[in-house]
Amino acid sequence: MIEVEDVYFTYPNGVEALRGVSLKIAEGEFVAIMGQNGAGKTTLVKHFNGLLKPTKGRVLIDGVDTKQVSVAKLSRKVGFVFQNPDHQLFSETVEDEISFALKNFGFDNKVIGERVDWALNLLGLARYRKVSPFMLSGGERKRVALASVLAWDPKILILDEPTIGQDSYQKERLRQFIIQMNHQGKTVIIVTHDIEFVVECEPRVILMSNGKVIADGEARKVLTDPDLINKSSLILPEITQVFINLNDLGFPRDVMGVYEAKRLILERLKKT
Amino acid sequence: MSVFDGLKFRNISSPIHEIDPRAKFIYVCVLFVTAVLFNQIIPLLFLFFLQVPLVIIAKVKREWLRLIKGSIFFAVLIFVMNVISLYFYGNYSSIAYVIEHSLAMTIRFIVLIESFSLFFLTTSPDMLGLSLEQIGVPYEFCFAFTTAIRFVPVLAEEAQIIIDAQKARGLELEGGNFIRRVKNYIPILIPLIVNAIRRSLELAEAMESRAWGASKKRTNLYVLKMKRRDYLFILLSFAMLLISIYVWMYVEIPFLYQILQI
Repeated sequence: MIEVEDVYFTYPNGVEALRGVSLKIAEGEFVAIMGQNGAGKTTLVKHFNGLLKPTKGRVLIDGVDTKQVSVAKLSRKVGFVFQNPDHQLFSETVEDEISFALKNFGFDNKVIGERVDWALNLLGLARYRKVSPFMLSGGERKRVALASVLAWDPKILILDEPTIGQDSYQKERLRQFIIQMNHQGKTVIIVTHDIEFVVECEPRVILMSNGKVIADGEARKVLTDPDLINKSSLILPEITQVFINLNDLGFPRDVMGVYEAKRLILERLKKT
Repeated sequence: MSVFDGLKFRNISSPIHEIDPRAKFIYVCVLFVTAVLFNQIIPLLFLFFLQVPLVIIAKVKREWLRLIKGSIFFAVLIFVMNVISLYFYGNYSSIAYVIEHSLAMTIRFIVLIESFSLFFLTTSPDMLGLSLEQIGVPYEFCFAFTTAIRFVPVLAEEAQIIIDAQKARGLELEGGNFIRRVKNYIPILIPLIVNAIRRSLELAEAMESRAWGASKKRTNLYVLKMKRRDYLFILLSFAMLLISIYVWMYVEIPFLYQILQI
């Protein structure tokens, strides 16, 4: 359970990144945080594992104030995968890279071995076990970074811009993977611009603009609202754009999925 | 804001910012030489206070004070080392002399720091590169120099992200003995260095695709031109140098403790 209570955050250089954010994320929820560049998305999620502490207000993780515990301690519960894998990869082999965090958290060697195997298989990296992470492609490096966080099985998983630099096949795999994690009871939070990706996931969407939450609700409600989407410099999902244009013909406006769209169109075609 | 902001260019307009970098550089050199020339406290204090009005005119008081605050640790170190070495190994006449001499050395250090600070706070890296170029330094070196300065803040920002990313993987930076602490920095240094190399290769490619080094004779959009004000500034700097040398050679500078009769 993540509780954010009226949080303000100002960077040392004076930029006010969060201006009164309050929200609750329950256990096992799947949340997408969206908004334009500089809206405060990354700043907000960096509060969830204590990398940033609120200037005003407070953040509670399972009832514990993030100001009271170290980042390393919180990270045991809250896994954070950074946007750019190059900011964290440093080991000689993929295997070492994945066991780094496990060693930091003090797992014993036997458990580390099992966890590394598990994470490598989960993300299809088993054949790169002994390869240097620096030799891998961008997408593979991103998966190594993800594996290195998943390995310690955090309860809450935060992914910052997970789809950047991934081809559509990898995106689809990532989506299924995220949904699988979520079904297993993990809280998953993604920060992204990729509206089509979010449409396919149908999570709860939190829309941010200028350091404030401007909308919070089901993907279908938030992402098909042209005013909200416009305010956060996003573009409506393509299917929604089509259906808004077809509104005169009696089609609903809040459609975003491909299959739903197909069904509605077929129904109409059968009637005529 | 960190201590290093005291060495980072502040893009504001002030009479000091407008002085030609070469003239300012001469002034800093003169200040340097003068500070090293004297080891009595009175002229060094004079040099210290000489910069205060310049800093106020340049509107960089805050950054300048921060740098001085940041250098206090080293200043104290220098003071203590001087006191210890003079007290135990030197032949001194009185304890007041030991203290005054050590204080003078400390102020000399601060004068050196603050003159550097004033120069970098008021001179943009571009202008600095340009002036290097115009005094005949090969363009390759000037470019390397300005690029190096320009990338310092980028690297600092990146280092912070890497620290965050590794902390999020359970890395504890504080605590442990010395070797442990050094080892803790490996996960930060490797990505930082790898990324810096990657970035420099990218930069090289980007520059070559924009025809870097295509023509031997390169012209600049801006050309630095010394104005009367700049010459005056240089003249004043030299006058200061001459006066200092004169004082250094012919004037007996009293000790403060003798004047105050401690």
